[in-house]
Order: sequence, then C-alpha cells, then structure tokens
Amino acid sequence: MSESFQLDGEDIPYTPGQTVLQAALSAGRYIPHLCYHPEFKPHGSCKVCTVKIASGKSQRTAASCTLPAQPGLEIESDSDEMNELRRTLVQMLFAEGNHFCPSCEKSGNCALQALGSDLGVMTAGFRHFYPDRPVDASHPDILLDFNRCILCELCVRASCEVDEKCVFALSGRGITKHLVVNAASGQLADTDIALIDKAMQVCPVGVILTKRVGFAEPIGERRYDQRPISAQALDDAPRAATGKGRCTSCEE
Amino acid sequence: MPAPEQKKIRIATTSLAGCFGCHMSLLDIDERLFALLEQVEFDRSPLTDIKHCGPCDIGLVEGGICNAENVHVLREFRNNCKILVAVGACAVTGGLPAQRNHLSLADCLQEVYVTEISLHNGMIPNDPELPLPLDKVHPLHEVVKVDYFIPGCPPSADTLWKFLTDLLTGRTPKLGADLIRYD
Repeated sequence: MSESFQLDGEDIPYTPGQTVLQAALSAGRYIPHLCYHPEFKPHGSCKVCTVKIASGKSQRTAASCTLPAQPGLEIESDSDEMNELRRTLVQMLFAEGNHFCPSCEKSGNCALQALGSDLGVMTAGFRHFYPDRPVDASHPDILLDFNRCILCELCVRASCEVDEKCVFALSGRGITKHLVVNAASGQLADTDIALIDKAMQVCPVGVILTKRVGFAEPIGERRYDQRPISAQALDDAPRAATGKGRCTSCEE
Repeated sequence: MPAPEQKKIRIATTSLAGCFGCHMSLLDIDERLFALLEQVEFDRSPLTDIKHCGPCDIGLVEGGICNAENVHVLREFRNNCKILVAVGACAVTGGLPAQRNHLSLADCLQEVYVTEISLHNGMIPNDPELPLPLDKVHPLHEVVKVDYFIPGCPPSADTLWKFLTDLLTGRTPKLGADLIRYD
C-alpha cells in the first residue's frame, strides 16, 4: 500500500492491480456506480462511475471501474460537473425503462432508485420509451420483468461465473438490446435456475424477483430507507471476488 | 396608517390523469395550511369553485396526460402560470396509468365497456361531451414546458411544504435526498 493517487484532492492509497473505483471504495471514498459489483470483474456499461482525469494541461474522462490506479493520477469525482453528468445518465436509464417505482416491489431496495434520489434526480426529463417486453412468469418461484432491466449484466456474470448455469444473456443491438433467457423456448421455467443461485441476488433493480415475497418489508425498514446508497456501497466495498472472471460451463 | 396589504401569491392546482392523492398530500401539511393561506390565494383548483385558470404565479399539476381535455387544461395552465410544477409520479413520468401504454386502447375500451362479463348490452361511450382518450399516457413535459418536477407517489407533505416555502420566499426550490422519493 505504498502507492497512491489523488481523488478530489485527497491521497488514496492502492494496491497495484486495483482500479480507481476499487481503491476509492476501499479507502472509504464513494464514487457512484451501478454495474460495478465488488465480487465481479468491472463491466463498464452504466458509466455512472465516470471521473475526470487531469494530467498536465489535458483533461479526459474515464470510467473509474476500469481505470487502473496509477501513481500521480489527479482525479475529480465529487464535483458539480461530474455529478450533473451522472444525473443525466441516471435520467437516461429512467426514461429507457418502465420504472414505475410506486408499484415495484424492489422499491426501497433498488440501486437505480437509491442513486437517483442520492444524486437529486427530479425527473427523467427525456421522452419516455415505454418499452413493451412481456414478463416471464413461467417459473413457479421466479418472475422476470424485463422492462426494468438496465443491462448491467450482473445476472449474466453471476449465472455464468458463479452458478455455472448461464441462464441469462443479452441479445440485440442498440436500443433493442435486451435481456434474454438461455433456453430453446426462451422461458425461465425451462432452465435450471434455482432460488439459491447467485444470479437471484445480484439484480440491482426489479427485474429478477422471487414470487410471493414482495412488499413484505415495511416502508422505513427497506435497505435504502435506512441509509443512502453512498453509505451502503462502502459497507459492500472490499470483498473477495466470487466470480471466476470467465464462464466455466460454456465456451464464452 | 395600516401597512398596505401585501399582494398574495396566486396558485392554481389541477388533477389531470391523477388520483387526487397529490392534493391529499398537499392537505397533509395540516395546520401549516393556515400559514400558507396568509401568503397565497388559490385560483382554479379542485378546492375552489373557479372554472378556468386565470393569471397565476404558480400552477401545481398532478396526474399525467391521458385524454384530450387534459391537454386543453394543461395548456391553459401553461399559458397562465408563471411557474408550472409537475407534482407526483404521474405528472413526472406518466406514473402507474402509463402501464396501459403497452396495451391497445381499443382493446382496453372493448374489455371494460363491451366484453366485461357483468355487462348487459355494453357499448363504448360515444357522446361528444366525453373527452377522447389518447392512445398513450404521457408525462407533462412531453406536452408543455415544465419548470419544476416533484417526484413521489405522492410527494410527502414535508416535500411539498419545503418546495412551496422555498418558492414563496424567493429561493430556488431544492429538495434533499430525504425528500426525493419516487414511490
């Protein structure tokens, strides 16, 4: 832990091999993020962890989840400019899906929602897409609502790298990109997913849901009712990886 | 000589494709309503008998846009209110009523007014008095410019109170994370 870089003017020590996001979280400094999960390799899709790097006269932005920590980096994260960019990213995600929080059973336990209120997002602002993807209720114990998916691929990674089942995948391109179930029928009931799978625990939003347990937690006692996501993320931060970084059951 | 009476801030409110829950949440400021009424007077509102919105300082609109009359009322508010506020999840995002956006409007009407099992000789209402529904539900900002958004289903009384007191004292309304809820 001899090396360090600067984050918002403070020295952050790091272990070689850590990314800027990992080092910041380990040091108790929060950088907003959605698709990063401490047990998996960085993904880089949500872009919420984007920071500004100053080196000499030039400035550029980079996703801190994939940016290797290096000595002498000067990083700006918690500034009005960067947080405004993050707000726009969260707004894009809200406008892209059907995030009807008032009737979603993940409300209060949802990372997207918690990040929204933490950043002060008042409206999606953009024209809403209102996607129309049928729910998959085929499985006796599990429900999938694809209209809330933010394409973080955490379920894909968890199912492939930890559960070794590869139940999920992303399909399509551009705005039509969407989460699919890896079964000939496309139905969750025709996979070997189980309630105890890692893939069941990692969805940051309300896509992968266990049936018959919704709305059990009283309002006020849900995860993000207690403390904002900025505080919770630090509890989760330094942790050994459970993902193998590659799929062990398929050729991917 | 008595001090000249200060001109009161004029507020209009309306519910479009709303459930009146945001208005109920406004009433949840309880006795603070008396303090509010010393500073403001209400123009068109479900709480007054005024039929059309006149020139106002603030327009509070709950509910999304689901039919032709909603569009007329919203435009009347925009034309008359200096500051137009989208109040609640429906006005901000379309809300739960926008869950009908993935259904065909014809199928909805058919189901409710014609094929519903308890109906006898049902028919889809066709009197021109009735506003035609739009094929989709929209949030306010897709129809007019909106100055402020207050999320929440409904926004809490404390949220509405903070917002209004900020606005009435001339500050830019600013809600902390604890007052920003989407559910």
